[in-house]
Amino acid sequence: MKLTDIMKELEAEVKCCEQHLNREVTWCYCSDLLSDVMANASKDSVWITLQTHPNIVAVASLIGLSAILISRGAVPDPETIEKASQENIPVLTTNLPTFEAAGRLYSLLSKQH
Amino acid sequence: MNQSNPAAKDVTLEYPVKGMDFLAAGEASSNIKHALQLVGFSPEIIRRVAITAYESEMNIVIHAYEGVLRTVINPEKIVLTAEDTGPGIAEIELAMKEGYSTAPDHIREMGFGAGMGLPNIKNCADEFTIDSTPGKGTKLRVVIYNK
Repeated sequence: MKLTDIMKELEAEVKCCEQHLNREVTWCYCSDLLSDVMANASKDSVWITLQTHPNIVAVASLIGLSAILISRGAVPDPETIEKASQENIPVLTTNLPTFEAAGRLYSLLSKQH
Repeated sequence: MNQSNPAAKDVTLEYPVKGMDFLAAGEASSNIKHALQLVGFSPEIIRRVAITAYESEMNIVIHAYEGVLRTVINPEKIVLTAEDTGPGIAEIELAMKEGYSTAPDHIREMGFGAGMGLPNIKNCADEFTIDSTPGKGTKLRVVIYNK
């Protein structure tokens, strides 16, 4: 499944790297703890978080995540968008809270497994 | 391996890391990761080094005044050292426990300071040593074998 295939269901908006929305998504990880994501998220996952500061970009880039989805209407810092554009990490936002976004994504992704 | 000069094929990458510089945080680790990708290490080795480098880098940013992140790469192994001047760690055994952290609240709100950094590093390491002198600083050394 590609990022473009999940945007509508997640009611997501793209904040940067629209050109990379053809990237594969295989799974998802939900956490607001950066070390937890580093240790436990698998490559090509979407990361759902409430964190909005630029350090989330390095985490996503280092472990090869396909995108960051910022939930519950939280707004990414301008520095986050700038850094994500440099590192080619799509940043998406949604008004859905983490549980609902994750639930919808789980339905979509588990169909393909 | 029989070699007259084993250091000849080593590649050393060295990056200064500044305490509390959250904007530059992660850049040293990114550079190390990209270097390993260029050399052609396996994704699993790269992931382990990337996690080790990032957690070590963030430990300096969060806890120390300044430090150096050094990676020595050769075909057999990757040796990563993080050496800082800073407050040091009073009780290393406690610091190694998952969930234990001395990070202040404003750092925790950013999603750091979950007490997972050192345990994460240890999980990724084939060899792990940490030495610290309270009031002076900390030195961490990790070896990851390319196998």
